[in-house]
Amino acid sequence: MRRFSGLAMAGLAIAVAVLSAPPAAMAADTPNPPADLKAFQKFFKDKFPKVKFEDFVNGPYSMDEGLYKQWKEKEEFPPYEFALDLGKELMAKPFKNGKTLADCFPNKGIGIRQDYPHFDAKQGKVITLELAVNQCLEANGEQPYSYVKDEMAAVTAYMAYTSRGKVFDVKIPDDPRALAAYENGKRYFYTRRGQLNFSCATCHVQSPGERIRAEVLAPALGILNAMPIYRSEWSGMGTTSRRFTSCNSQVRGVPLKPQDEEYRDLEYYLSYVSNGLPISGPGARP
Amino acid sequence: MSRSISALAVALLLGGFVMPAHAASTEADYKAAYAAAESANAEAGKLRNQWTTAVSALKASKAAAEAGDFDKATAEAKKSEQLSKAAIFQTNEQKENWKLMEIR
Amino acid sequence: MASTIRVRATASGDSTEVQALIQHPMDSGFVKNAKGELIPPHYIQQVVIEHGGKPVFIADWGPAVSKDPYLKFAFKGGKKGDDLKVSWTDNKGASDTLTAKIQ
Repeated sequence: MRRFSGLAMAGLAIAVAVLSAPPAAMAADTPNPPADLKAFQKFFKDKFPKVKFEDFVNGPYSMDEGLYKQWKEKEEFPPYEFALDLGKELMAKPFKNGKTLADCFPNKGIGIRQDYPHFDAKQGKVITLELAVNQCLEANGEQPYSYVKDEMAAVTAYMAYTSRGKVFDVKIPDDPRALAAYENGKRYFYTRRGQLNFSCATCHVQSPGERIRAEVLAPALGILNAMPIYRSEWSGMGTTSRRFTSCNSQVRGVPLKPQDEEYRDLEYYLSYVSNGLPISGPGARP
Repeated sequence: MSRSISALAVALLLGGFVMPAHAASTEADYKAAYAAAESANAEAGKLRNQWTTAVSALKASKAAAEAGDFDKATAEAKKSEQLSKAAIFQTNEQKENWKLMEIR
Repeated sequence: MASTIRVRATASGDSTEVQALIQHPMDSGFVKNAKGELIPPHYIQQVVIEHGGKPVFIADWGPAVSKDPYLKFAFKGGKKGDDLKVSWTDNKGASDTLTAKIQ
């Protein structure tokens, strides 16, 4: 028993010694989102010089020619068609009080998906599209949707579809809370977690175009532009919330609750650094 | 950055799951081990970084105890505690080291 | 209630290419739900596509086919404006059919 703990202590001591050397070239920690954006987009453009900028939103399809051909063919008759029909129906279906989901959004929810997420000064937090949908339902005395699939996926699919081609232009207003949310999201993205010790960056910054088991990894640039997605692995639709929570469990980290602060801030960061890229959702993925 | 991978891997491997041979565990041993594991898991939860394998080991521990197998129950509880302690280590280590991954 | 069948048929030269997307759970009977209970088998057993009253495509499906199946094939014949009839039947005795025009 004592030898066992001794080994453990030795292991931890080695780990601490190796890590106590400060990481090289730690730039000054004053937040600078525009500089982050520039560096982020340059990184991926340099890594994949043959990919057209707007094609980064196609994730693994822009990373692999064989996958691209199959995807193009599938897009003639995409699997998310059924979700689109349901989404359109739900947007117009009257609540008990006579109002509709469309009434909660500018322009009846048409062509506005790229305006989410944004920082809401009054609520003091990042509002994502999914959160806005459920806030609308609750404000009108209706049951909120589950965040991960079914109705939420259908509604956000329809809103994405009617916004295809419009580009992200996420703003970080001159508000310390907004900046803090952005920095929180950025930190979450790069932090290793779970027993597999992966951060989001491990797959989507270090290894896009490479495989994890049988899947080709997507680059982080533009990774949310195709959401929500019909994923063959899920045999169905899934939202941004579904992807974030399932990514956590895949690295053996217990997921947080959908739309918890970390996830909304993460979406804020990822959308901001993808500014200039068009909405391509809903998407189909392997 | 590859240094931080191997360091944690080393910590996990050495702090690992070699169960030393000793006398059979009693219910009291199990209860003490389970309480320690539960507390470590709760702390990892406060840090928003519980590991799924720590949670499942905790469940396995309880199930084994309910079946009367206190050896297994204690072993699983100890494994769970090690995993949660590694999770806590990881969170603290990553507080600064996340920047190693950052695109600049 | 919208049909479970979507069809797109395009005539080109002397052949017609047909794509169809069918909404169906295609439960194999081997998958458990969240409560641990087996979801009973519920899948399409046969798809028949007819042109001019004659079958041009017959598929015998089973539990190995995934949810919301998509199929694509081509047959000799068919011209723009012709009717194409797509039907399916499943193991619970349910069925659906849709007639679309070849484009």
